[in-house]
Amino acid sequence: MVRVDGRGGSSSLVNVRGLDKKYQRGGEEIHVLQGLNLDVAAGEFVAFMGPSGSGKTTLLNLLGGLDVPSAGSITVAGDEITHLSRGKLTQWRARHVGFVFQMYNLIPVLTAFQNVELPLLLTKLSKAERRKHVETALALVGLTDRMHHFPRQLSGGQEQRVTIARAIVSDPTFLLCDEPTGDLDRKSADEVMALILRLVKEYKKTVLMVTHDPVVAQRANTTLHLEKGALVEAGAPEVAMSGGAR
Amino acid sequence: MKYGGLLFANLFRKKIRLMLTLGSFAVAIFLFSFLALVKQAFNGGIGIAGVDRLVVINRTSIIQQLPMAYRDRILRIPGVKRVTFDNWFGGVYQDPKNGLSQFAIDVENQRQVFPELVVPDDEWQNFVKDRQGAIVGASTAKRFGWKIGQRIPLQGTIFPGTWEFNIDGIYHGKRSRDDQTQFWFHWDYLNERAKDLVRGQAGWYTVQIENPDDAVRIVKAIDNEFANSPYETHTDTEQTFAASFAKQLGNIGFLVTAIGTIVFFTLLLVTGNTMAISVRERMGELAVLKAVGYSDRFVMLLVLAEALLIAAVGGGLGLLCAAGFAALLAATPMHNFIPFSSLSASVALMGIGLTLLFGAASGFLPAMGGLRLRVIDALRRV
Repeated sequence: MVRVDGRGGSSSLVNVRGLDKKYQRGGEEIHVLQGLNLDVAAGEFVAFMGPSGSGKTTLLNLLGGLDVPSAGSITVAGDEITHLSRGKLTQWRARHVGFVFQMYNLIPVLTAFQNVELPLLLTKLSKAERRKHVETALALVGLTDRMHHFPRQLSGGQEQRVTIARAIVSDPTFLLCDEPTGDLDRKSADEVMALILRLVKEYKKTVLMVTHDPVVAQRANTTLHLEKGALVEAGAPEVAMSGGAR
Repeated sequence: MKYGGLLFANLFRKKIRLMLTLGSFAVAIFLFSFLALVKQAFNGGIGIAGVDRLVVINRTSIIQQLPMAYRDRILRIPGVKRVTFDNWFGGVYQDPKNGLSQFAIDVENQRQVFPELVVPDDEWQNFVKDRQGAIVGASTAKRFGWKIGQRIPLQGTIFPGTWEFNIDGIYHGKRSRDDQTQFWFHWDYLNERAKDLVRGQAGWYTVQIENPDDAVRIVKAIDNEFANSPYETHTDTEQTFAASFAKQLGNIGFLVTAIGTIVFFTLLLVTGNTMAISVRERMGELAVLKAVGYSDRFVMLLVLAEALLIAAVGGGLGLLCAAGFAALLAATPMHNFIPFSSLSASVALMGIGLTLLFGAASGFLPAMGGLRLRVIDALRRV
C-alpha cells in the first residue's frame, strides 16, 4: 500500500512525515519539498514523476540518506534516519539501500564482478561467500558470462544490469532507482524494467523509482507526481491515497 | 588486503600518466640523493681528516715544493710528534682516462702518521725492501684487478716516462669513509729517476702533533720558522686543508645544489598537481563508493594510499638509481677527484622520509577533497 496523506500506519516500510527541503541559490530560497508525506509498504514498486526541478531526485536522495531534510522525518524499517550523523547514515545506506543511477556509475577500472562485489567488501563475508553472492546477483541479471568484462566492454543495458546487480547483492531493504532507463534505448529499457519488475514480483523487493518516461512509469504499481513540493497520485487532482492498483 | 584490488585498479587506470608520475617522483628523489652524494663527496675529506695532523705547503702554491731540510726544523718545534712528506706523481695506468692518486711517500714515517690506513706487516716489510715497490688502496686494487706480486707500468705525466712498480701490499682504511684509492711508492725512487725535477725536495709535509689543542700555536710556529725565507710556508690543520680544497669546488656544489633544489620542488609541484587532477577526474566514482556505504574516512585514506604508493614506488626507484649511479661513479676516474661514496643509510633514510612526506603532501588536498565530497554534488556533476 502507498499513501501520501500522512495517515499510513507505522507498519509501512517507509514513513515520511512533513518533509521539507529548501535550497539557497543566489541569495534566493527555493522550497523544493513542502510538508511531503509518504507511506510505502514493503514489496511496493513506486514511480515518481514530475517536471524537471520538481524535486524528484531530491526526494530520492533524502530517502536514500544522501541528503538531509530541512524539516520532517523519514523512517525506514523502524529507523528514523533524519537525525543520524553522516557516518551513521553511511553505515545505514550500506545495510538498507541499493542505488541504481541513470548513468550507471560503475567504476570503469573494475570488472563487472568487482563492481558488484564493492558493497560486500564492507561486510564480514569471506572471499568465498562474497564470490557466491556476486555470482548469484550476476546470474539474476543474466550476466554470468560477462562477469569478467569491464564496463567499457558492455552495452548500456548490460551496464545498467550490472548496476542493478550491485544494488541487490547485499540484499538491501529497498532499491532507489534514479531514471534507470533514461540513458537506454527502448529495447534495453524494456529489459531493465523487466528485471526490476522481476525483483519486485519474485523477490518481493521494494523499489522507489524516479522517471520522466510515462511508459516506464506505467510498469510501477503506483505512480506519484510531485507538484508544488508535495506528492499526488497520478490522475488525482489532490493529495490522495493509493491502494496499489495494478 | 581486500581493498587492494580497488587501490591497484585505480593506480593503473591511466598507465602513461602513472609512469610519468612515478618518473617524476623517481627523478626528484634521484636528484635529492645525488645532490646529497655530491655534498658528501665534496666535504668527505673534512669529516675524516685527522684532528692531530697539520699540512705544510709552499705559501705560493701547493705545486711549489719545499726543501727537505724543513723536516728536521719542523721536528724541533715543541709539540710536534712526527713529520712525513709526500710528492704528487700524477701518472696514468694504460690509458689517460685511468688516472689515480699517486704519492711518492716517506717510507719511514708514513704508517705512523696515517695509522688509519692499515697495511699488513709482512706486506709493508716487502715494500720497504723493494725500491720499486708500491702499496695500493683496496679500492684501486679492485678497480684495476691488481694483485700482490704483480708488476704494473704507470705512464708519468709530470715526471715523463714509463715507471714500473711491484705491488707489494694493499692497504685498507679502518673507517668506511677512509680513502682507499691511493697509490704509494718510495720517494727515493722518484728522487732517483727524476732528480732534476724533484731536486731532493718534498711536495708538502704532514705533521703529527702531540696534542690537537696545540694546533693553533704549532701552525703559527711553523709558519714563523720559515717566514722571510725563499720557501715560505702555509700551514693548516688537515681538516682546514681539506675544507679549503673542497671550497675550490664549492661554488660548483652550490650551483648544483641550488639548481637541483629548484628542479626538485618544481617536479613535486607538477606531481602534486597531476595527482589532484587524477582524483578530480573521478569524483563521481568516489561519490558512488560513498553512496554504497564507504565512509568519508575510507575514501580519504584510499586517495592518500594511492598518493603514498606512487610516491613510495617512484621514490624507491629514484633511490635505487642513485645507489647504482653512485657505484658507477665510484668506479670511474672521477672518483679520484670527487670521492663519491655509496649511498649512506642516512641519505637513504632522508630520501625515504622525503618520499613519504611529499607523497602525503601531494595526496593531502585531493584526499581532503575526497573526505569532504558530498555524494549528491558529485553525482550531479557526472
